[in-house]
Amino acid sequence: MTTAVEQILERKAQAVVRDPAQAPAHDIREALFELEAKGEIIVQRVPEPYVEVTTKFGRTKKIPIEHTWHHKSCGQCGHIPGYSSSIFWLHRQFGLDYLDPTDQTSCTGWNYYASATSNAVAQAAVMVRNFAAAYETGYFPLIHCGTSYGHYKEVREQLVHHKELRDEVRRVLDKLGKPLVLPEEIVHYSEWVHVMRHKIAERQVVEMNMLTATVHPACHYYKIVVEDAIYDPEIYGGQRIATITALLETLGINVADYSTWFDCCGFGFRHILVQRDFTRSFAVLRKIETMKNEVNPDLTVTHDTGCVTTLDKSQFAAKAHERKVGIPVLSDAQVAALAMGAHPFRVLQLHWHSTDWRPMMEKLGIDWQKYWDEFEQDLEAIRKGSRKGITWEDADQPVVFTRSA
Amino acid sequence: MPTTMENWNPGKKQERYPNVPYAEKERLFLEVKSDPRYEDFLYGCYECGICVSACPSARFYDYSPRVIAQAMAREDIERIYEIMVEDIWNCAQCFSCVRCPRGNNPGGLVTLLREVAVRNGLQETREVLKGYSRVIYKVMLKGNQVSPDMLQPDFFPDWGPWVQQFSANMSVWRRAIPVDTLRGVTDAAWRVDSKTLRELYTIWFETGNMEIIKEVDEGLYDLLVEVMEEELEEG
Ligand code: SF4
Ligand code: SF4
Repeated sequence: MTTAVEQILERKAQAVVRDPAQAPAHDIREALFELEAKGEIIVQRVPEPYVEVTTKFGRTKKIPIEHTWHHKSCGQCGHIPGYSSSIFWLHRQFGLDYLDPTDQTSCTGWNYYASATSNAVAQAAVMVRNFAAAYETGYFPLIHCGTSYGHYKEVREQLVHHKELRDEVRRVLDKLGKPLVLPEEIVHYSEWVHVMRHKIAERQVVEMNMLTATVHPACHYYKIVVEDAIYDPEIYGGQRIATITALLETLGINVADYSTWFDCCGFGFRHILVQRDFTRSFAVLRKIETMKNEVNPDLTVTHDTGCVTTLDKSQFAAKAHERKVGIPVLSDAQVAALAMGAHPFRVLQLHWHSTDWRPMMEKLGIDWQKYWDEFEQDLEAIRKGSRKGITWEDADQPVVFTRSA
Repeated sequence: MPTTMENWNPGKKQERYPNVPYAEKERLFLEVKSDPRYEDFLYGCYECGICVSACPSARFYDYSPRVIAQAMAREDIERIYEIMVEDIWNCAQCFSCVRCPRGNNPGGLVTLLREVAVRNGLQETREVLKGYSRVIYKVMLKGNQVSPDMLQPDFFPDWGPWVQQFSANMSVWRRAIPVDTLRGVTDAAWRVDSKTLRELYTIWFETGNMEIIKEVDEGLYDLLVEVMEEELEEG
């Protein structure tokens, strides 16, 4: 008789066959379509063209390329606007049809995780109001924020599993004159960047193979509801998310591993706003200093609002304590846009970042001062009132970078 | 006093909140337990500590997601009350703890405990949320959690001279953003339609969210209601 241990060894000796049809995960879409068949909800289909990818447990996920409704992030738009403008700039470079709506609110998930001054019905109602607004336009939601993405996945689970929640949310939506709509897929912008990475590399004008980067995977992208995040056997053997890392590798950047990759950034939702001693300590001691000690990267790249803010802004105070800091923090969208020649200030808006990004630009051979001087002239014209502001007309054209001496 | 089999009684040596009747503590726990999400978040606990090893808050605070899952699995009313008063606001809500081999979601349990603490206006919770009111004001009125005009040097001294530089240039920097919905906007993250905001206010009233705010901060509640009702009437 074979013992259990031998059975396990035997099983492990077999080659892994990746077959989405055999994937152990339940496919939430089946439940959505069932509810739709019962007339309970409307499922908004992913528009064509889309690219199929595999998720953690191997189900196939559709990532739309265009006709997207950009569900913006309050932290990105409010405090790191170059993050948002880079996402839009990339869409514009490829001539893709998108909508940047004003009929959109935050998911309010940040507030919920910070203060709990909400409840399940309110959370779900805010989400489906946004989804209904997207549905009315015919454009498909593309979620910019990692927390909105994770939060919406969780709320979708709750809506699917709890009829009383659906009924209550429908009652609220009736008051707004809106239908209960859920999208076929909940898609994060970094998944769009991921499936576009080869197209981005085709138009790469800045060589990046002299850079070493670390990756911080955003907790709410892959921890809140573990399914739906993109995994690929080529990236860390399918044991870590494929987004960000696959893009950086495609752009020629050396991605360096570090021991605390699974740790969060220290954002903490309420901590970043009212108890930053925790945030600073965690961001520096568990992330930045560890990266510095282990691989000394030229930059660290992440794909969520809170992570960029926390990792970037926490470094100043730590410097005063002579901690080993000084790693610029960018989003994957900003790195992709820079690779394609986006203006460092008109598009990337690097002046909103506080950790020094100049050494990284110099390593890339980019004469950042020249572009800052140019941008300063823009600002001066705005100050004097001779220009209202910067528009896409000023920012669309990729830059042919002047190399620093 | 040396620990002996007679006096060894971990976690139950003394009630830390004897002034709160047991029945009240039990009522609060039952409110947590009655949440439909409760059974999705707790399946028992192996005490393996995997959640603790992944937990950022456990590194910097006297805090443990394992203790929370344990106390709730054992339905230890006294301990759960202590957790509600002393621990829940330490959680960073990162959900690293969902690595749990038992399928628990300790971070989710914290969310449920927080909701009940807020709904019942626990004094300690009111204290914790005091400095947070301006954020609630922003998110409920503007539909955005944060906005550029919240980045004031007084609130973010630890972010260094960058905040001063930003503050001095905010309106010009905001106009120098090519995205139409962001350009020039300083009191919100992006431009939101007033119709959209009215729909949001309707959600707050219809879902009982305003009652929650009343429980935490009555002054803030009055302020919010006044602005929202005026806006809803105009619409
Ligand atoms: S969600 Fe809370 S309990 Fe869970 S790992 Fe994060 S900080 Fe710890
Ligand atoms: S990981 Fe899960 S089973 Fe293990 S101690 Fe934490 S809650 Fe309990």
